[in-house]
Parts: sequence; C-alpha cells; structure tokens
Amino acid sequence: MYRYSEFDTAFVRERAAQFRAQVARRLDGSLTEDEFKPLRLMNGLYLQLHAYMLRVAIPYGTLSGAQMRQLAMIARRWDKGYGHFTTRQNVQFNWPRLEDVPDMLGALADVGMHAIQTSGNTIRNVTADHFAGAAADEIADPRPYAELLRQWSTDHPEFQFLPRKFKIAVTGAEADRAVIRAHDIGLQLVERDGARGFRVLIGGGLGRTPMIGKVVRAFLPEADLLPYVEAIVSVYNLLGRRDNKYKARIKITVHETGIDEMRRRIEARFAEIRPEFTGIDREILAGIAAQFAPPDWVARDPAPFHAARAADPVFRAWADTNVAPHRRDDHAIVSVSLKTPGATPGDATAAQMEILADLAAAHAYDELRISHEQNVVLPHVPRAALPKLHAALKAAGLGAANIGLVSDIIACPGMDYCALATARSIPVAQEIATRFEALRLEHEIGPLKIKISGCINACGHHHVGHIGILGLDRAGVENYQITLGGSGAEDAVIGTRSGPGFAYDEIVPAIERLLLAYLALREGPDETFLMAWRRVGLAPFKAALYGPHDTAERADAA
Amino acid sequence: MPRAFTPKVVTANALREGDAVWLTPEDDWSRDIARAELIEDEAVAQDRLLFAQAQADRVVGVYLAEAAPGPDGPEPVHFREAFRTRGPSNRAHGKQARR
Ligand code: SF4
Repeated sequence: MYRYSEFDTAFVRERAAQFRAQVARRLDGSLTEDEFKPLRLMNGLYLQLHAYMLRVAIPYGTLSGAQMRQLAMIARRWDKGYGHFTTRQNVQFNWPRLEDVPDMLGALADVGMHAIQTSGNTIRNVTADHFAGAAADEIADPRPYAELLRQWSTDHPEFQFLPRKFKIAVTGAEADRAVIRAHDIGLQLVERDGARGFRVLIGGGLGRTPMIGKVVRAFLPEADLLPYVEAIVSVYNLLGRRDNKYKARIKITVHETGIDEMRRRIEARFAEIRPEFTGIDREILAGIAAQFAPPDWVARDPAPFHAARAADPVFRAWADTNVAPHRRDDHAIVSVSLKTPGATPGDATAAQMEILADLAAAHAYDELRISHEQNVVLPHVPRAALPKLHAALKAAGLGAANIGLVSDIIACPGMDYCALATARSIPVAQEIATRFEALRLEHEIGPLKIKISGCINACGHHHVGHIGILGLDRAGVENYQITLGGSGAEDAVIGTRSGPGFAYDEIVPAIERLLLAYLALREGPDETFLMAWRRVGLAPFKAALYGPHDTAERADAA
Repeated sequence: MPRAFTPKVVTANALREGDAVWLTPEDDWSRDIARAELIEDEAVAQDRLLFAQAQADRVVGVYLAEAAPGPDGPEPVHFREAFRTRGPSNRAHGKQARR
C-alpha cells in the first residue's frame, strides 16, 4: 500500500494548518462567507441541510486498517458515530462543527489522508476497480497509475479552476467494476503485442445530460499516461464552456466539438507537451509501484472453506454471493455488505469500522477497499479463513448475503442530508430492501442493480442502474421516475425512462410489480433482469408498472 | 398579474453548528421554526432578508422560505423545509433528537 512520502505529509499538514487559520478568521469576522466558502470547499467542507459535511477522499478506494480505525475515531469524536461511504469512494461525515474541522483534517493527516479536491472545479478523487490488485481477471494492478494521477492532480496549478469538476476512473480488467464509461476520463489497462498501455475514454458522465464515454485513444503506451491525460485536461480547460454550468462538463465539450476534433486537438497538445516529461514521472511511478507490491501470501489449505460450504447453508449463501475469485486460487475477495435490509446504504458505524479493521488485520493482510457500490471489500482473504471471517461478520451484523442482489442498492444521501436534493433516496432504498426480504424473493430474482439518486445530479448513478430511480419534486411533492435497462459495466448504456413517475408511497409497490413481471416473463433463472429487458424491451414492464389500460391516462396527467 | 405574496419566514444555517435556524421577531435566531417571525408582506420580507444577510457572523445562506400559520407558530409548507425542522428520516439525529 502506498505510504505518504515526507513531501505528501508536509503538504497535507500545511493545508490543515492553513485551514485552521482560515476557520479562525471566518469566526472572528475577518473573512466573509463569500471569501471563506471557496476555501472550505477546497478542503471538502460543504454546508448541507442540517449541518456541515466533510467529504474525505479515499484514493482508489484503498484503506489500511489504521486508516479505517482513524475514520472510526473521527466519527466518534467529532461526528455522530458513523460515516457514509459514497459512490466516489469517499467517506462523508454528516455532522461536524465548523471549529472542529481543522482537528479532523489533522487527524486525517496523521494517517496519510485528506479532503483536498473533494469539491470544486478540480480533478477529484481518482477512483479505481475495488478489486484492483486482487482480481483474477486483471492485466495489472491499476492503482499505481491512480496514485500517480493523484499526486499529479493534487494542487496542479493549471487545473484548480477548470470549467467544472473532473473525474477520472481506472481499471485493470475488461470487466468494468469502476464505471469508467461514465467518467470524464476512463482508463483501462490493456495489452497489445506484449506491451502494456491504456484504452482511453473521454466524455462519459451522468447528471442532467447522461453520456457514455467515447474512445479517444484505443492504445496509449503506458509511459505516455501522464502527458496524455494532461493534454486532455488542458484541451478541456480551454474549450470547456464557462458560460453555462449545465454545459460545462467535458461530456458536453466532446458532444459539441465531436470526438474526432477533440482527438485532433488532444493529440496536437500531447505532441507539444510530451517532450517536457523527461522521465521523472516514470521514476515516481516506479517508486509508487514498489509500494503496491502484493502482500507476502500465506499459502493455506482451503479445506476448511469447502467443509463449511458443504455443511452450513448460511455460509454457503454468503460465499456464493459475497465472495469473488482472487488471482490466487487459495485466496478470495470478500465483499462486506453495508446493505443489510433496513440499513442506510453505505453507512458504517464507528464500531463496525473498527471490527472491519480488526478483521482485515486478522484475515486480510490489513487491507480494505471501499467500492463505488458503497460496500467494503476485503481484497485478499485466504479461503481457509472464510468461515471464521463470516462468523465474525455475522456477529457484527455485517453478514448480509446480498452482494449484487435486489437489496444491494446504491442510494445517494438525497434529501435526508443533501442541500441540492429534490427528494429523499435513503428511505426508498430501505423500504425496497425490507420489502423484498419479507417476500423472500431476493435470491430467486438474482443479479440486479438498483440505483437511486435524490436529484438530477445522479450521484446515485440511476441512469446506469438495471433499475434506476430518480427522486424529483413535482409541484411540492416527492415523485420518483424509473429508468430501465441501464448498465454501468463494460456493456454500459443509459437506461430508458419507463413513463410518468410515482409518488413516494407508490414507488416500492411499483418496483415490486416490475420484478414480479420479470419473474413471470423470464426464460429461466439464468436469464437476468437485464438480459430479459434486452430481449423483451419496455412494453411488458410498462404494462406491469402502469396497467394495460392505465398508461395513456397517466401519461396525460404527467 | 403579479403573483399574490404568500407568507414567508427568514431562514439560514448557523455559522458554527451548520444547522437550520429561523429569524424571530426579536431579531434573534431560533432553532424552532414556531418561534420565527411570519412575514405577510413582501416589502417587509425584503427588509428582513437584508437585515438577516448582514448577520454573517452568526448565519450562512440566508433565504426566504414559504411558511403557514399554525397553532403554535409558523409551520413549513414545502417538504424540504419540513425536513429542515426535523432532521434526516433514516436516523433520529438533528432537531428531532432534542425534543
Ligand atoms: S444526486 Fe442530488 S441529492 Fe443525491 S447526493 Fe447528488 S446532489 Fe445530492
């Protein structure tokens, strides 16, 4: 795992000290709110509906046990005993007092963490496949590149005032677990003729105008990564619209300029700046890569795993849903669900964080990940340790066997916390999860991704949910629009709107009708919801949602 | 025709704690909307808004929110404002915890 260099440590400490002075000047009246706001946002501090919110970056979703323990300490000492993990592999504290935030930043610096560039029109936290470095299907661990990008983008003088925020995601595998096609830049490690490089996509994004990213370079030699990314951001910085906030993201620049012209400009800029990269970036990358060396694997006979799987149906259900193949046969990747039906998606209490840190130390080489799906991942677990690990998770209330199923819902904070929200998302997720638990249909329904956003900004990725739910304010009442057939994976596609929205108390029954219709029409348990959608299209689902006769009438009323 | 003025309260977030507060008739800030000043006249509303905006040492993000008279004092009209008087619906935190 990457450990901060002296430079990193000095930098984040200095920023925390600066912010302490800025808060003091705000409180004594020497700074107005207009002057202070950009400063607090540069340090990840937002003002939400009920309180301030501190957003802390978890670069490429990777945490050590010590870092997780520190998050627990911060939650307990300065917040209300929990944290919320987000779709951008960040953690948010919902209740800090303004004057405590400098101490919180200091406590983060103590464990090599920060909240810099988790807001503002900057390059945000670089996200990555949460299975990176562990997945059986990847070419290489993409995190050294993500860390290189983090260092390059942090406080990059040219890119502190971009037209709009800028998000980069990286993966080392063909199976896209990092939603790279919905990012401003998506990077996929690929190999060509034995050489390593990147497939580079630009212009993906969700929000008001959702777009799937387009390939700007099919193969970029790995050594050219930094100059090429710099060329992309530099072209966007000049070309991106600053006249209209809703047209300022690179997806609109790509859409309006055309991918071919964008490519021409990026390649020209790349040719211009490439010679300036004389190799220091390569030395730095080599240093970083050494720190991402895999742990010293402990070879253990996986017999206890097979025995438990044969003997214990509860363990078997969990192992079959929450455990994924590891690059080593005798190890596995464990996803710990933060979606126990009824729980708030992505929330973990301080006690749960500490238990997870303890379990990582005992069974998983002291490493944890946060997934964009708002779960915690233990990336390297010897199979022999799985039964013990499962027992401990179960005892801590973290044993839900639902990864990738109907109750494993992404939900943004919505109007329970977020100042931008138009409706709530959390209680909708809670009710869908508890409803399907009561129906005992979850495993019958099989793989399904429901994603909920509380406004058009789409932090809950609803456009790329197999079922997406978007909360809106219709004439002063919460209203929920459904999209169907989206995907955030390698077959990424924006979902189709089903029709008129549903009131708060109608949305859960609507989802139930939708899924019962799917069970009735699928060709067998092997045909997932998404496959069935792709085969039959909207009509049967529309009928299930609105009734065969009701559709026209409701559409009129909308 | 200009739209008829609907009653308003002046609201904001407290500078230090960040929670929702409402301007009272006594020029103070209360954490209870029922103690807020219900403003029935547009000119008065603008005046009170300016007054509130000048209190940058105490509050942040001042705005006028629709409200309606209730038995104990002003009540929120829009659901967003109602949530601000209570707190989140997934946890008993925020103002609802103090009751
Ligand atoms: S989608 Fe909207 S409501 Fe949800 S967190 Fe993002 S901005 Fe807030």
